[in-house]
Amino acid sequence: MRDFSDEELERYSRHIILQDVGIEGQEKIANSKVLVIGAGGLGSPVALYLAAAGVGEIGIVDGDVVDLSNLQRQVIHTTADVSVPKVLSAKAKMEAINPNVKVTVYQKFLDASNILDIVKGYDFVIDGTDNFSSKFLINDACVLANVPYSHGGILRFGGQTMTIKPNESACYACVFDSPPPANAIPTCSSAGILGAVAGMLGTIQAAEALKYIVGVGEPLYNRLLTFDAKSMNFRNVSFKKNPKCRVCGGEGIKEIRDYEAVVCEAKL
Amino acid sequence: MKLTINGDVKEIKDGIVLSELLIIEDVEQPDMVSVQLNDEFLTKDIYETTTLKDGDEINFLYFMGGGA
Repeated sequence: MRDFSDEELERYSRHIILQDVGIEGQEKIANSKVLVIGAGGLGSPVALYLAAAGVGEIGIVDGDVVDLSNLQRQVIHTTADVSVPKVLSAKAKMEAINPNVKVTVYQKFLDASNILDIVKGYDFVIDGTDNFSSKFLINDACVLANVPYSHGGILRFGGQTMTIKPNESACYACVFDSPPPANAIPTCSSAGILGAVAGMLGTIQAAEALKYIVGVGEPLYNRLLTFDAKSMNFRNVSFKKNPKCRVCGGEGIKEIRDYEAVVCEAKL
Repeated sequence: MKLTINGDVKEIKDGIVLSELLIIEDVEQPDMVSVQLNDEFLTKDIYETTTLKDGDEINFLYFMGGGA
């Protein structure tokens, strides 16, 4: 049992009056640890909302510095943050919103050598990365470490997300198997993204994390939510865990290895 | 025959295989899509030998790799 201060009771009052959350749910949020991988278009709204919600410990991972071209969508960073490491810029905003939250920064990119040790320490992971080698690596690590996570992907006006409870629900590789060939991938910078679409998808991921922590509702298990902001059509596509999945089925994977890194500008 | 493609019922000529449907449906980059036929995901090596039948439900799930 945790005793919230008067300040916290007031701060979280709109959560606490929710029947499905209450004091008990807010305590679960305060006692939870969430890792946000990527402090960019998806990571920005996720980190802001999780900090505001009072998640006890938030880890944030990114090896990059803020660039002027990030600011169109990466709303945790400001013009004054250009050239500042993204994790430090993000941490400052999260602590400004909610000083009760402990923020741990990992100013690095994740790879097979470090991801398992980091992921293991958290209750839930958010994939806010921008490339397939990282997305498949996160899936492998979360399946191996048995840590639930939210997959998120965005492109132009569209987004997709699913929530994965390893060994119980379908994983990312059950649906997409393995990274597409490098020459087929639209270039990250040339494909473009409507900034608000990153916010739409990131806030869905944040809501999924909070639902999981509180234990309310139906997570996006065994279904992929996709939307197209041009038509504003949202769709759920359902599936089952694939017993022959390369990662979580039958034999499954036994160890972490890096996927071939696909350079953003690989396709000319 | 009637096929349900990404949730929409469409009239498609009889007897085609999945690789033909990809062309009809303007899937320009088959490498960037995962194909689900009646709840099962198909491996790319059987696209040309999988004949579709009336009532089949097909979903094209596109890879989306962005996030930053």
